Amino acid sequence: MNRLKGIWKVLRRKPMSLLGFALIGFFLAVAALAPVLAPPEAGSRDNYIIPQTGYSPDPVRPSKDHIFGTTEQQYDLYYGMVWGTRTAFKVALQVVLVSVVIGIVLGGIAGFYGGWVDEVLMRFTDIILAFPDIVLAVVIVAVRGPSLTNVMIAVTVVSWPSYARLMRGDVLSVKERDFVAAARALGASDARILIRHIIPNSIYPVLVVASLSMGRIVITAAALSFLGLGAPVGYADWGQLISLSRNWILGSSGNPFEYWHTVFIPGIAIFLFVLGWNLLGDAARDILDPRQK
Amino acid sequence: MLKYILKRLAFMPLVMFGVTALLFACLQFLSPEMRASLYIKDPRQLSQLESVIEKYGLRKPMPVQYGIWLKQVARGDLGYSETAKMPVSEAVTSFFPATFELTLVAFFPILIVGVYFGVLSAVYKDKFVDHATRFVAITGYSLPSFVLGLLLLMVFYGRLHWFPPGRYTLETDMLVHAAEFRHYTGLMTLDCLLNGQWAAFVDVLKHLVLPATTLLYISVALLLRITRSSMLEELSKDYVRTARAKGLPEKVIIRKHALANALIPVVTLSSLLFIGLLGGVVITETVFDFPGIGRWGVQAAQQLDVPGVLGSTLLAAGLFVVANMVSDILYAVVDPRIRIGG
Repeated sequence: MNRLKGIWKVLRRKPMSLLGFALIGFFLAVAALAPVLAPPEAGSRDNYIIPQTGYSPDPVRPSKDHIFGTTEQQYDLYYGMVWGTRTAFKVALQVVLVSVVIGIVLGGIAGFYGGWVDEVLMRFTDIILAFPDIVLAVVIVAVRGPSLTNVMIAVTVVSWPSYARLMRGDVLSVKERDFVAAARALGASDARILIRHIIPNSIYPVLVVASLSMGRIVITAAALSFLGLGAPVGYADWGQLISLSRNWILGSSGNPFEYWHTVFIPGIAIFLFVLGWNLLGDAARDILDPRQK
Repeated sequence: MLKYILKRLAFMPLVMFGVTALLFACLQFLSPEMRASLYIKDPRQLSQLESVIEKYGLRKPMPVQYGIWLKQVARGDLGYSETAKMPVSEAVTSFFPATFELTLVAFFPILIVGVYFGVLSAVYKDKFVDHATRFVAITGYSLPSFVLGLLLLMVFYGRLHWFPPGRYTLETDMLVHAAEFRHYTGLMTLDCLLNGQWAAFVDVLKHLVLPATTLLYISVALLLRITRSSMLEELSKDYVRTARAKGLPEKVIIRKHALANALIPVVTLSSLLFIGLLGGVVITETVFDFPGIGRWGVQAAQQLDVPGVLGSTLLAAGLFVVANMVSDILYAVVDPRIRIGG
């Protein structure tokens, strides 16, 4: 209870992190209520496939039937945005979870055992970190073929090394502490020391960085979709919807902003989603980082 | 110090070796038939698929293929890039200056804006300027470059017709490819000036405005944050209090004393910033159809142009490693504690 009070105290001082909570809360609600907000057509096989009304190539502006308008080939933008929220959460949470676990395990092992295990693991992270992350991610998705799963794999591959290195550094300092020596003196096994003592005591900085990097991971995944390497056309995914707008930034001759909605609506959604995570990440740092207290 | 630099330099080829090996391992996901089909230009040649696989050794184990490729590279032959429609070595020399120019044009405004507003935001902590700056920073950090890029194009190209995408117009294209146009540096703005072509210079500059603005907005946040926190730390130190006590005007304290010290981490960060820009140009170049390394790399990856992928990613990784090294060395120069450890 005291802990919760402390969290509330930090948050009250920072209206921006409350905004972060509000944004992510809003998106969570949209994701949870997707079947109510945008009911799929009866008998559709996959709810994530956006229904098409006709096959006209030109996007249509927002109207009563399509409150956010349609994209090229008449995919309903509102449906795409609502179900895309689920896709966004799925991608972001899975990538962060998997890469943090890999980072903690490999970084923990490298820091704990040292020697050649450490050397091999760390040189491997050096190599992955020698690429700008989007570049390596593009290569991985390109060779494995475009799909949402491959986007998640690619972003995970480029994300875990920074967690592993951070974890290793923390483990290096924690393993010299007295309680580790005490556990060893009592005859605890390596695995027990690592799992019960070292990892719980060195995990917080990684969690803080993970929450701060959430936004970047969402952007990288969306960028891959934007490049046409992610979900197939017509799948409810924000990045993919933006890539559909690329041909329509010019509008028609009389009205240069004729197709503004095709960029603006999915663009604003990604922006607010990432902003929410970044603000939450700042809040998490304030709450978890002991130096700030 | 020299020893530290040499050690870092010796480390670089090792990393590059690892980088190429990793790329090669990735490429093994493609079947030999897929990699062979890249060499076939005409459907009628399909019957020769097997002989192509044989010729390029595409069915051999990966280490053997890697060895063949390394031998080729040692001879200076990086292969032919289908997407660039030219040999990889030529593509690198043609695309790199464009990317370099764009990065340079974005880099200095980022430094100026980042440091200026970072200091302002520290000096006026919790005032309006501070809140506004931090808000702009966090929104820039949260806005994907392709969203910003497309919105900028919509307004400044679609509506106002001020800043078109690409690197230059057709007119300039003819001009710079004419026989009497001399390419001194490869940087199009400078070359136009040196050739005395004002109209072309303005044209090239116009094409740089939007991509550079995009890079600025998405990259400046980091610098703002570091400058602000570093400046805040300096302003709370004893020497600043002493300076205040002896009655120095606040302007002198900020400009002459605190800023000089606050800029130390900023200097080391600036090469990391450069690295961030290299990642940023990949998407930015694609959105603005700017013919640089980033756009080439993306196209090569999309069309599975293996030599193109290897060439562009190797170059990107190479630049990345160099920038990282410069950052480490700068850090060691500024902070003596690192040198002892190295």
